[in-house]
Amino acid sequence: MSPDKKQSKSYSVETRQLNLWYGDFQALINVSVKVVDGLITGLIGPSGCGKTTLLRCFNRVNERYGNVTTTGEVEILGKNIYDADVSLPELRKNVGMVFQRPNPLPISVYENIIFGLRVHSERRIRKRSDTDNIVETALREVHLWDDLKDQLKVKATTLQLEQQQKLCIARLLPLKPRVILMDEPCSALDAKGTRTVEELMLELAGQYTILIVTHNMAQARRVSNECIFMLLGEIIEHSHTEDLFLTPQNSKTADYIEGRYG
Amino acid sequence: MRTIVNIFHQLGRWGEPVIEGIIRLCGISAIIFVFGIFFFVFREGMGFFFGGLDIVEFLTSPEWYPTSVSNKRYGVLALIAGTFSVTVLAMFLAVPFGLGAAIFVSEFCGPKLKETLKIVIELLAAIPSVVWGFIGLTVMNALIIDLFNVPIGLTMLNGGIILALMSVPIIVSIGEDALKAVPDSYREAAEALGATRWQVVYRVLLPTAKNGLLAAVLLGVGRAVGETMAVLMTTGHAVKMPTSPFDSVRTLTATIAAELGEAAVGSDHYRVLFIIGVLLFSITFIVNFVTDLVIKGIREKA
Ligand SMILES: Nc1ncnc2c1ncn2[C@@H]1O[C@H](COP(=O)(O)OP(=O)(O)OP(=O)(O)O)[C@@H](O)[C@H]1O
Ligand SMILES: [Mg+2]
Repeated sequence: MSPDKKQSKSYSVETRQLNLWYGDFQALINVSVKVVDGLITGLIGPSGCGKTTLLRCFNRVNERYGNVTTTGEVEILGKNIYDADVSLPELRKNVGMVFQRPNPLPISVYENIIFGLRVHSERRIRKRSDTDNIVETALREVHLWDDLKDQLKVKATTLQLEQQQKLCIARLLPLKPRVILMDEPCSALDAKGTRTVEELMLELAGQYTILIVTHNMAQARRVSNECIFMLLGEIIEHSHTEDLFLTPQNSKTADYIEGRYG
Repeated sequence: MRTIVNIFHQLGRWGEPVIEGIIRLCGISAIIFVFGIFFFVFREGMGFFFGGLDIVEFLTSPEWYPTSVSNKRYGVLALIAGTFSVTVLAMFLAVPFGLGAAIFVSEFCGPKLKETLKIVIELLAAIPSVVWGFIGLTVMNALIIDLFNVPIGLTMLNGGIILALMSVPIIVSIGEDALKAVPDSYREAAEALGATRWQVVYRVLLPTAKNGLLAAVLLGVGRAVGETMAVLMTTGHAVKMPTSPFDSVRTLTATIAAELGEAAVGSDHYRVLFIIGVLLFSITFIVNFVTDLVIKGIREKA
């Protein structure tokens, strides 16, 4: 079960006895999991098992729905994010999120990328040349600079889906997050888009801890270092990706990767 | 229900064209009515418009003495200024309150409070304008006299406040619709980047919903410009170029309402009131037209 073979591993996300209810329905049951710093961790499981819910606990966007109750602890960068004194903007600066449907804001490409900086330091007046640099760096990191350098004023919602999704990754980078959460980031993209986003993830790993939810087991094998299998709100198995796919310890995991659940 | 369906069946292949024709007629009739109204209003005033009225004096003189025995003067500048000042004052009060309330209802309050507020706002919208006028005449009048220590409370301020109260419900409900139309994924995206709810409002929602919010404001303006009874009762009805909110003023609409009954049919006075009607008609037409252009312009640029 336990993925830490070496003692030296550090964890960027650690949950203890995490439970979550939507009204009366319990969507997460006693989730205790440790996510290794700087690696890509895949989160797989059949539809409705709580992958999205778990991911959305890590930046507390679940709380946007009024009927959510959470118990237990989630420690990110050494602090329980469910403590009363945690500042949500600060948390979300450290933990970025990429959504299933690309959701750039309906403003220009340029403004999308510095949106994060603007909301986090409202009062600081930035020099145009500084923000220009930030935008260029972020776009270069996601390989959009050459495509978009003449379209920085274009409304981001008019780009192709693949570009939109990469932009959604790029806009996290100026905030220098430690963890990036991705919820099926390629499910709206075609094969080529999926490939380029996967390559991007592999490049970003190391600098960032990446947690990716995916329905696509081939994708989980391609990109993740570790993999977590969930079923009906519980963690069934968590190990190195090859181990999980080649020698699953739990029969339910084996059933799932052989395609016996949705 | 069944028999209706049967009738449609029996109409058979004629049914559809007939129904289509009826619907088309309904649509066209709206246009015909608008032109008809314009035509009849204009025809009543036409005789004087082309024979005798000095248009320049009409628009630039503040002297409105339509019943003077020796020297009748028909200048509506004071009335235009009255309409304009009351409307501007009303919008000055109603726009911040209306948009603020729309933002609060749509973004910040819980579902129960939201339901209650929406019912209250609909109730406010349903109050007839005479009742508003009555409130202005009694409650607001006394209040203004007390608070500001002025001799009369039937002033531009009174009319402006009452008109603001009348326009706020429109601005709130249309504005709330506009905010509701912004996809939730935008809010979620901004919040996930660390924006507070207030930042979401002014960095995402206001720019995204600006068309709808502008429409809400302009509909409020339309209501204020066209309102008659409430301003007739609350503004003091004195023909005077206003210099402060504590002056009594008179509006174009109130002038028509108050004087049309007394003017002899066919007299110059009677006809000039219809010309004022045409003027009002043109003002609202221009406001609507400009609104359309502005909204279209924004849409094309976006
Ligand atoms: N806002 C909500 N209110 C009530 N129940 C919810 C809500 N969101 C999710 N659920 C329920 O919680 C359970 C877990 O949902 P979740 O979206 O986390 O699953 P998932 O593993 O991401 O599924 P999928 O693979 O289809 O995206 C499901 O049974 C779902 O119906
Ligand atoms: Mg999901």
